[in-house]
Amino acid sequence: MRSDPPQSPSAGQPPPADPSDALAGQVPDTPSGGRLAGPGRTPTPDTERAVDAAEHRSQGQLLTGRAARFAAAGPSLGPAALAWRRLKKNRLAVAGGWILVVLYTVALLAPFIAPYDYATQDPAASFRPPMRVHLRPWPTVYGVTHTYNEYREKIYVEDRSRPMPLRFFAQGPEYRLFWLIPTRVHLFGVEGKDRVYILGTDQFGRCYFSRLLYAAQISLSVGLIGIAITFTLGMLVGGVSGFYGGRVDNLTMRFCEIVMSVPQFYLLLALAATLPPTLPPALIYILIIAILSFVGWAGMARIIRGMVLSVREREYVEAARALGVSDGRIILRHILPSTFTFAIVAATLSIPGYILGEAGLSFLGLGIRDPMPSWGNMLSAALALNVLESKFWILTPGLMIFVTTLAFNFLGDGLRDAFDPKAQ
Amino acid sequence: MIPLLLGITFISFVIMQLAPGDYLDQMRANPQVSPETVDRLQRAFGLDRPWYVQYGLWLRNAVMGDFGYSFTYKLPVFSLIGQFVVNTLILALTSLIVSWLIGLPLGIFAATHKNGTIDKLASLLAFTFISLPGFFMALLALLLAQRTGWFPVGGMQSPNHSELSAWGRTLDLAHHLVLPALVLGTRNVATIVRQMRGNLLDVLGENYILAARARGLPEGMVVLKHAVRNAINPLITILGYEIGGLLGGAALVEAVMAWPGLGFLLLDAVRSQDLYVAMGAFVMGGVMLMVGNLIADILLALTDPRIKYA
Repeated sequence: MRSDPPQSPSAGQPPPADPSDALAGQVPDTPSGGRLAGPGRTPTPDTERAVDAAEHRSQGQLLTGRAARFAAAGPSLGPAALAWRRLKKNRLAVAGGWILVVLYTVALLAPFIAPYDYATQDPAASFRPPMRVHLRPWPTVYGVTHTYNEYREKIYVEDRSRPMPLRFFAQGPEYRLFWLIPTRVHLFGVEGKDRVYILGTDQFGRCYFSRLLYAAQISLSVGLIGIAITFTLGMLVGGVSGFYGGRVDNLTMRFCEIVMSVPQFYLLLALAATLPPTLPPALIYILIIAILSFVGWAGMARIIRGMVLSVREREYVEAARALGVSDGRIILRHILPSTFTFAIVAATLSIPGYILGEAGLSFLGLGIRDPMPSWGNMLSAALALNVLESKFWILTPGLMIFVTTLAFNFLGDGLRDAFDPKAQ
Repeated sequence: MIPLLLGITFISFVIMQLAPGDYLDQMRANPQVSPETVDRLQRAFGLDRPWYVQYGLWLRNAVMGDFGYSFTYKLPVFSLIGQFVVNTLILALTSLIVSWLIGLPLGIFAATHKNGTIDKLASLLAFTFISLPGFFMALLALLLAQRTGWFPVGGMQSPNHSELSAWGRTLDLAHHLVLPALVLGTRNVATIVRQMRGNLLDVLGENYILAARARGLPEGMVVLKHAVRNAINPLITILGYEIGGLLGGAALVEAVMAWPGLGFLLLDAVRSQDLYVAMGAFVMGGVMLMVGNLIADILLALTDPRIKYA
């Protein structure tokens, strides 16, 4: 294959950033983000070489040296395609990717899959255990009666005399599919006034399964939106700060250091506590994301800045400057792309941090607030020992957080290996 | 370090100013706080003056050791916060030591027996523990304690703590410490195993390792004396960040397992709008993180002769 020029590590690798920047490379919440930026592990900016080559090609047929050999090699795979190929070979990463696809699809379809609304209460059905689905001859659940134990707690028992066959594509409460199409069709349900609780209910008799699905919308989107903001902010601040240096750099970096020198969760706690409880839930959701991004961008900006510092001295940047390209364009089109692969990997690995941050805050009652469900605030019911001990289904959101985080870590790890120039 | 500290106090002050509700009104409405105390505080901290004057006054008082007054605990913040800091340190340091004691040997073994059963198992476990949310683990630990009765269900002392002898108290504390330290430490173990394995594998590919082997040094010596010493440096740099993570993670574990540490105090203070306690706890968190980073830097200079501080 092609072991030669364009991919040889010595050709396109920026000198490792100075040690203090490498140190800043440990993104606190990502378990392995640190290894990337550690000494000697500065990722090769693959895209930069692509840009490089494209520029050469655009200068007519005057191909010399590297570029000539590159062209002579005929149609070959770009760095991105090579990385993609390596990624596909990594079974864990592929599994992680698929799990995420499933999770996000389910979250998108949550109102359809959930048989009920997340806020509808059923006072008669507090802490009802999950109903068993009997598959034969037709998927059926049974009604529930209750007795009392010696502590006067309700004990629910299956009532075999009241079969409730499951109906697929059944009519239920009205909702808007994809926030647009009004409909009443749900994936499944039962006839009449009966209700099916395949994951039991919470203390207010709300369907736990439905809440789990609606919570997925919140918890999963927090990570994506949060990282998108952090990513943009970190790239821009890091890019500008590294490019101009001097006073701008000094000021922004000192600010980053201050943000980073407080334990992250302390900062989250303090900021979340400033949100007045009277705010509407949608606003709280937005503000929680803003808080998470505010806490997270500093680390990202510092790493990007370190990389920009080393990239801005390179010849092609000088060439661009000599051609009279504006500063903004140089930063956006010539410098930042070379930090892109690193940023993508770091982003994937830090999404779990956002999900965990939101879950932690909501769990403590400072994040998403009832009745809006989030995996974190659903778990907070388990803080009461008697609930924790006897109502095992209350713990399912923890399992969902675990699976999501695991999937992101698998994928992020795979991405890092795929982009790693040493891996060839 | 001093400018950083100033920055931290400033941020914490701004955040507390953003919080809804008026501290003074709340204190006046509280029958347990005497009007004299309110007046004294108002004068000392300039609570009716513009925010920058308030900040200046707080800073001046803080430098002189007066961090304000907690109206929930009815104590000066300075004397209140000490015990909570100690409790958090006990928890964080224990779990740090535990995680290094488990993580380092496991990481070394995984690297020297690459792709073996233990290596694969360790990496699977590492992935699992990195992905398990700390507060969820804490809940599971509480469940375990409740079901088996082997460990106390949360808290830091038994009810009869004050009747115990000094030795008995230590044992009692250790008994309460086991679960929270494990919960907090496991996540860290995972990070350390992965880091150590990666670093060691990198180092084992170096020429000087080949040279050491060529000279006929026993393998154990090659790994422990030549490779591990070089592989351990990046881990020490992470130590500083670990401390930040530990403090943050400790906040959640403390809240779930009722461990009276700094995070527990901060949470309590922001919930009850106990302004000065929250600021004190916040600033102390920053100080602990900074000291942690400083220690990590010093350790690094000690282990790596290439690093010299002018």
